[in-house]
Amino acid sequence: MGTIVIFIQKAIGQGMCILFGADGEILTEKSGNLNLGVPGMMYMGGIAGLAAAFLYERAVGAPSAFVGFLLSFLAAVLAGALGGLIYSVLTTSLRANQNVSGLALTTFGVGLGNFFGGSLSSLSGGVGQISVATTASAYRTKLPLLSDVPLLGPILFNYGILTYFAIALSIVMAWYLNRTRQGLCLRAVGESPATADAAGINVSLYKYLATCIGGAIAGLGGLYFVMEYSGGTWTNNGFGDRGWLAIALVIFARWRPMNAVWGSILFGALYILYLYIPGLGRSSQEIFKMLPYIVTIVVLILTSLRRKKEDQPPESLGLHYFREER
Amino acid sequence: MARTKRGPHEPLIHISRRADCSLLRAMLVRLAAIVLALVVCGVVIVALTGLNPLEVYAGIIDGAVGSSRRLWVTIRDALALLLVGVAVAPAFKMRFWNVGGEGQILVGASATAAVMIYMGDKVPAGVLFPCMILASMLAGLVWGAIPALFKAGWNTNETLFTLMMNYVATQLVSFLIVFWENPPGSNSVGLINASTNAGWLPKLGGWTYGWNLVIVVALAAFMYVYMRYSKQGYEIAYVGQSVNTARYAGISVKKVIVRTMCISGALCGLAGFLLVSGAGHTISTSLSGGRGFTAIVVAWLSKLNTFTMMVVSFLLTFMAKGAIQIASQFNLNENASEIITGIILFFVLGCEFFINYKVEFRRHRREG
Repeated sequence: MGTIVIFIQKAIGQGMCILFGADGEILTEKSGNLNLGVPGMMYMGGIAGLAAAFLYERAVGAPSAFVGFLLSFLAAVLAGALGGLIYSVLTTSLRANQNVSGLALTTFGVGLGNFFGGSLSSLSGGVGQISVATTASAYRTKLPLLSDVPLLGPILFNYGILTYFAIALSIVMAWYLNRTRQGLCLRAVGESPATADAAGINVSLYKYLATCIGGAIAGLGGLYFVMEYSGGTWTNNGFGDRGWLAIALVIFARWRPMNAVWGSILFGALYILYLYIPGLGRSSQEIFKMLPYIVTIVVLILTSLRRKKEDQPPESLGLHYFREER
Repeated sequence: MARTKRGPHEPLIHISRRADCSLLRAMLVRLAAIVLALVVCGVVIVALTGLNPLEVYAGIIDGAVGSSRRLWVTIRDALALLLVGVAVAPAFKMRFWNVGGEGQILVGASATAAVMIYMGDKVPAGVLFPCMILASMLAGLVWGAIPALFKAGWNTNETLFTLMMNYVATQLVSFLIVFWENPPGSNSVGLINASTNAGWLPKLGGWTYGWNLVIVVALAAFMYVYMRYSKQGYEIAYVGQSVNTARYAGISVKKVIVRTMCISGALCGLAGFLLVSGAGHTISTSLSGGRGFTAIVVAWLSKLNTFTMMVVSFLLTFMAKGAIQIASQFNLNENASEIITGIILFFVLGCEFFINYKVEFRRHRREG
């Protein structure tokens, strides 16, 4: 019993980081932008949040966890949005290729994260690893009372605030995309920008906003990893391939935020499954770590085999739209 | 009171496609973009670290080409990048986004390492090297052909499929590393055949990496001719322009997709061979070092032109090698190179707009 509870906890812990990235990318892709810069934006958000908390904790003698929380949250959102903005300027305004721009953004963002993660403390005259224990404690605070409920408590209420934020965000996104007029307009931009344009929708504005907000959400994924998962420390390349897994999750979820919620927990579970299967040698563990990717490939193949209309990517995903070139 | 007659609202900025842009003009725009990027990088460096950016740039040059050994390492890595660029270019020409170069390199490298480990001391070099090359190309071919088959058959999204194949390959390599690890428990393979040097690409003339140079330049030239003058190359260009037109012209689009991806994957696999046999003599998950992704940028920036690719891949490797130097020289983190590379890429990607399009502002007309 205890093992299963811990397994679920760990799976959710792994999953939320991916969920943020996937939610951001869903919003971005709904506007027709295939932003392969998600890993970069996650790094940018993570390091910005960490740096904000670090500088604040150093500047103030007795840092308050709440202020650190606010500052780092804000910094992560802004940094992620900045990544989205760079991508939007390149692809929407300057008409550069989406795939290449996204990869360039990933190069930039990962470099930025690792650069500051590795040298922030030495640049500011300190030594050793960065650690922002006070701020991280705010992120790691569990729900009082509820987390003490037997069985349900450890499984449902044993997480920091960002976990609940991620799930709430997915619900809001699902509602926004499917139940509001703006959401309809956004989907129209992603499906057929020419039609949307003819209907009087400002295509560029929607693309810009969706990509920047999507970037901000992806940035929160980085913040989650740095604060709640790692407890306010930085390891170079510590995110591993979570940014790409987020892109995989978008496909797995078939561009629906609610699917992404359970999908992210499933991915998290697959990610750590090897730790819980008895009798695995060190080498066969590595084979087990392939699972999330293989599952994604299978889903990708199945969706293309079934050709169900509602499971397809946005029609104009990855394509440019320029009014003058119709 | 006479109302002034107004025409329809005229937008502030008018963008139109430039009919023709002279080569000189295009080059000047690109040069301006790189200079601008370096200025921005300089500002970023000063703002972040307080170092003199000129010193940093001098450090980069010193680190990349400062000594004969450094120059050769830069050339060796630029060649590997160029080969991957040459490998992904035909796929792009066909509008097939092969972002799986990373995985194709890794499986090619694994196949090479396997041949080195299992056959290294059993067969003479004359048999060993062809076996290694064939194995690496075959492995890359298989890795590239799988997504292509699904793309051809069921139009499965190739960007995402090839991307996922990268991570399957990464895990495969992690598995093999534990399988082959030497010494046991080290979680690394170490130098393969360290005592016999079997399967290590030898020197050519006095040049340490002479064979790398010969192989890559020969392949680049071959692919240039293949793409430009062969019937198959023409078919690739046709499919890239319009699938429907190609089909109407009697080209079997599926066949072209699978065949081109086989070539693309096989060449990436061969890059894996060069990285193992001609450079590191070992295998690790970071062996490919993002070359599969960087090569996409190289191919795209060069507009798939082989000769431009040489310049771009050298430039990018130059930056990366130089940054390792400044990292140690200024006690910084070597990831500075990725930031600088990223900023340069942003500018170079963005500047294409000013080559392809004309921007005109609304002229203020005085109405009398």
